[in-house]
Amino acid sequence: MALKIVKGSIDRMFDKNLQDLVRGIRNHKDDEAKYISTCIDEIKQELKQDNIAVKANAVCKLTYLQMLGYDVSWAAFNIVEVMSSSKFTYKRIGYLAASQCFHEGTDVIMLTTNQIRKDLSSPNQYDTGVALTGLSCFVTPDLARDLANDIMTLMSHTKPYIRKKAVLIMYKVFLKYPESLRPAFPRLKEKLEDPDPGVQSAAVNVICELARRNPKNYLSLAPLFFKLMTSSTNNWVLIKIIKLFGALTPLEPRLGKKLIEPLTNLIHSTSAMSLLYECVNTVIAVLISLSSGMPNHSASIQLCVQKLRILIEDSDQNLKYLGLLAMSKILKTHPKSVQSHKDLILQCLDDKDESIRLRALDLLYGMVSKKNLMEIVKKLMLHVDKAEGTTYRDELLTKIIDICSQSNFQYITNFEWYISILVELTRLEGTRHGHLIASQMLDVAIRVKAIRGFAVAQMATLLDNAHLLTGNTQRNGICEVLYAAAWICGEFSEHLEDPMQTLEAMLRPKVATLPGHIQAVYVQNAAKLFATVLRKHDGETESQAAQETSQLLIDRLPLFVQSANLEVQERASCILQLVKYIQKLQQKNVEVAEEVTALFAGELNPVAPKAQKKVPIPEGLDLDAWINEPPSESESEDEKPKAVFAKEEPKHSRSRHTEVDEKELARRREVRKQEQANNPFYIKASPSSQKVYDAPGVEHIPVVQIDLSVPLKVPGMPMSDQYLKLEVERRQKEKAERKKKEKKKKREKRGKERKADSGPESEEDITPAHQVDIVTEEMPENALPSDDDDKDPNDPHKALDIDLDKYVPYCRHLQFIHVLHIIKPTVYWFPFQKSSKHKKKKQKKEKEEKEKKKKKRHHHHHQHHSDAGGEDSVQNGTVEEEEPLPVSQSHSVSLKQEVKVYDIQGNHQDESKVVVSVIFENKSDSFLKSMEFNVLDSLNSKLQRPEGAGAHDSLTVPFQLPPGVSNEARFVFSVQSIIMPQKLKGTLTFIVKSDESSTHEKLDFKLHFTCTSYLITTPCYSDAYAKLLESGDLKGSSLRLEGINMPFHHLLARICFHHHFSVVERIDSCASMYSRSIQGHHVCLLVKTSDQTVSIDAKCDEPSLLGNVLDEIKQTFSKC
Amino acid sequence: MQFMLLFSRQGKLRLQKWYVPLSDKEKKKITRELVQTVLARKPKMCSFLEWRDLKIVYKRYASLYFCCAIEDQDNELITLEIIHRYVELLDKYFGSVCELDIIFNFEKAYFILDEFLLGGEAQETSKKNVLKAIEQADLLQEVSPALAKQNVPLFVTV
Repeated sequence: MALKIVKGSIDRMFDKNLQDLVRGIRNHKDDEAKYISTCIDEIKQELKQDNIAVKANAVCKLTYLQMLGYDVSWAAFNIVEVMSSSKFTYKRIGYLAASQCFHEGTDVIMLTTNQIRKDLSSPNQYDTGVALTGLSCFVTPDLARDLANDIMTLMSHTKPYIRKKAVLIMYKVFLKYPESLRPAFPRLKEKLEDPDPGVQSAAVNVICELARRNPKNYLSLAPLFFKLMTSSTNNWVLIKIIKLFGALTPLEPRLGKKLIEPLTNLIHSTSAMSLLYECVNTVIAVLISLSSGMPNHSASIQLCVQKLRILIEDSDQNLKYLGLLAMSKILKTHPKSVQSHKDLILQCLDDKDESIRLRALDLLYGMVSKKNLMEIVKKLMLHVDKAEGTTYRDELLTKIIDICSQSNFQYITNFEWYISILVELTRLEGTRHGHLIASQMLDVAIRVKAIRGFAVAQMATLLDNAHLLTGNTQRNGICEVLYAAAWICGEFSEHLEDPMQTLEAMLRPKVATLPGHIQAVYVQNAAKLFATVLRKHDGETESQAAQETSQLLIDRLPLFVQSANLEVQERASCILQLVKYIQKLQQKNVEVAEEVTALFAGELNPVAPKAQKKVPIPEGLDLDAWINEPPSESESEDEKPKAVFAKEEPKHSRSRHTEVDEKELARRREVRKQEQANNPFYIKASPSSQKVYDAPGVEHIPVVQIDLSVPLKVPGMPMSDQYLKLEVERRQKEKAERKKKEKKKKREKRGKERKADSGPESEEDITPAHQVDIVTEEMPENALPSDDDDKDPNDPHKALDIDLDKYVPYCRHLQFIHVLHIIKPTVYWFPFQKSSKHKKKKQKKEKEEKEKKKKKRHHHHHQHHSDAGGEDSVQNGTVEEEEPLPVSQSHSVSLKQEVKVYDIQGNHQDESKVVVSVIFENKSDSFLKSMEFNVLDSLNSKLQRPEGAGAHDSLTVPFQLPPGVSNEARFVFSVQSIIMPQKLKGTLTFIVKSDESSTHEKLDFKLHFTCTSYLITTPCYSDAYAKLLESGDLKGSSLRLEGINMPFHHLLARICFHHHFSVVERIDSCASMYSRSIQGHHVCLLVKTSDQTVSIDAKCDEPSLLGNVLDEIKQTFSKC
Repeated sequence: MQFMLLFSRQGKLRLQKWYVPLSDKEKKKITRELVQTVLARKPKMCSFLEWRDLKIVYKRYASLYFCCAIEDQDNELITLEIIHRYVELLDKYFGSVCELDIIFNFEKAYFILDEFLLGGEAQETSKKNVLKAIEQADLLQEVSPALAKQNVPLFVTV
């Protein structure tokens, strides 16, 4: 044996440790994978040995390999082994490995529960610490449920080192097991005032994180946090608190007003940039949430903007970035304040850091006004020319378009200029955003009727010079604009000066190299142009021109008929046939122009993108019902290839009908109108077609008036710069004119229909060059209300949305809630203010006398939070409150106190002692002193009094309470039998000292001990459990619960949590559970559920204890 | 904070700490993506970037990048301070720390991090307290034959 040990240790000397492994990997750079696979083989051997040191070493190496990306999940069980080592050295490594390798899917995690519980209660604080740290990384819902109580106990540990860790980890526990939040909250709140700054900051951290997600439940803590904010000097804590206030103010505007002052003080005084930044952000958030009725509102904004300017001017790129980021928040509500710093932001566009330039671009978006749009865009166009990377250039391009098109082209005064900008943008090489430019062109041309003539001319030029765009072959996304150009020229061909030339341009052989969907548009619109040309020559007999046009089409179209693209092919052949037919008619001198034109009659209106969604479902229509029987699954779905721009190309179907038959055409037109009327994408409103709802009619679309104060045509290829000059001149002219008019005191009536929004002060003075009515997108009438912002249902924080100030039914019957209210000279029964909850708490611990001074292991505790009104308290019988004392004094100071016992802790070694901790909080405006606590002893339970004191003497509470202060005192009780629930009556007497007088007051209360609270969560393995049941020492009893409507695991969790059981084994809808009383009684449960019925078969060596526990369980569920 | 990564200029991961549960696959994907993104950034660029719905805060110390992912509302500057504080702690513990210290004592680097941050939140703002806790925990650590080798001066072949 000895030899084996020696041999073992010698072997180990040759084992690789972590350093050897790392070194080895570095030395095997060429064949790393091979080297590591041999290492893993070695590790597997090492893990097979019994020696824990070897195992730990192996696990340590595995942790390193895991980081390098190797799968080590196979060693999960070995990690658990190392975790359970009694030596800290190995335990530490085991927990580290677990925290790195375990995740929710790791199945061995469920084996760790008892080990972790043991470590949590270890006398060595570093064992506990290491367990808490590890748990924070791999806590699962099961672990959270099973260990919530243990961790909650640790929150009141004597060592701040443990307390702060326990507090922090509670946040993870809440996320995994939301039900623990309510009982843990009072204690968490208490930790906000922990004497140790580390614990305090941990509690602030946790509550801030909770409150950020569900702020409304934490409003009542605002006064406390306000106090902390004004007193704390720790920047880390301050930042959290300020962030919390940022989340609370939208819900409570009054809070915002209070905050502004301390926050501005901080902004002025702090030297820490992180704090400054947080304050500025919160001030911004506060000001956004406040209505503008604040007097010093603008001063605060000004301060923020100034500070941000300093940040942006700083040489530190980080501060610059954040400054711009924060500016963009101000911009949304106070654009004017930011606009004055335009110089600075434009300067940032030249920054060498791309992320800063992008931030500055974001800001520009909100800074434009009618006045400066052209100027800003000009500057951006310069940047486009200089920009080195295509990504940044594309970003600029999208920004230019965003800026110009924002809020329905609000800031554009001259659409000719905008079209020119778009045309200029088409000269960018290699941009991905051709389709974006194209859709803008389409949008403007369709919606701004006044600009169509100009747009068509520009597009015709584009088509004519198409070779410039397509030079770089098809990977060049810019050729998308040809799509728009062709469509605009075709659709609005009546504005074309020389349709024949454009038609010719659209049928050049080079077109065949364009992408298919563009060719298709070309072909289709060539037909439209053809119709226009025919109409132009209408009336001329034997028109040479018209016939030439037909011939041109007949010559050129066959090229497209051969196209590989089906769409192009189909359209081309249809149109070709149509043209051939027309040619025949022409030769017979038949007038065809009118009929051909009729093919393309009808006006298009833009439709809002959400229109389809907003169409109300008619009554009686069930969209989910099958129209026909569902097809068998084997049937393959034939998906049509999705045509690009399909929605914008609404006339596909028309080209099919080559027969020009007057009647047929009329019929089809009618049909089409009907279709359109029923199709929300084609909301048209001729009275005949109103089927489903009333759509706005054409006459509702505002009529465009063109003010030709600017020549519509700019000679040559348009340059946007020219417009800038023209614009400046125009404005000066207008100004002069207006002055004249003002002298005459004539009110100028403006044709603007849209409201002038918040622009710079002089915004009003600028009239658009074209008095343009932008056709707004149509929406169906009686559209459904907006249905945006769906929250992510999977957000784990959602479950934590628990109203902590609300009394929740299932807590009502929790035992050991002893609330004492002292309501003095007042008629109110209970303090209902939100901030006046949980005033006093009592904690009890059971202890054994001889071990009184020894550190206790807190096997279980039970917390409860209640702010029930008195009615509730009386109902459930757990809170015994005497009637409010009659008012004997004449002054109307109201004093409120609450005493709550929420924690009873037991220990297997302590069979007869209980320590009750009471937290007293004075909520009144008066000073409370000379408090004395007394309980009327029963035979079974006695308050321990100091030696020499009489059996009925009161115990003095060793402190006084100034207004608003709370403190804790402990009292020891001895308990004989635990098999019955008990109640003790007690009295608290105290002196109320106010300005004028002092009075003696008293408060009666009852302490209620349930049997559940004597139970301690004790783990039990299934074999031991089976033996226990077989032993036959236990007496049985059973319980049936009806109408329990909750998932089985919730049910179990509730029993575990509220009644201190642990699950031994669970199979489907059946589980065995175990618990133990402080005096060593075994309690076993077999819980089964079917439908809504739960049956519990229970066994215990003490029948009356069992009966009482079952009653309490029943109560738990009957009230939920 | 959602996670913290330490990696070298060559893109080798040196330390990873995840405060949100993710599968190994997802972790690897994120790591790869972030290492690439961060390494591609030029030295003069600011330390923040938006990534998915998170914000990435990173800082380079000598050959090592420290990279943290924080949520939308979190404060970037305090995260930089956290990174800096961690580097200071490493520096104090190892005595002018270098990348090799972290490579060869990576478990120590984790222990220090765990004393400093818990569940992604700073648990101790005092450097002194963190180091004290680490030292005391180290004292508890017994020197076993297998681990004794760790204390032999390292003849590092780099």
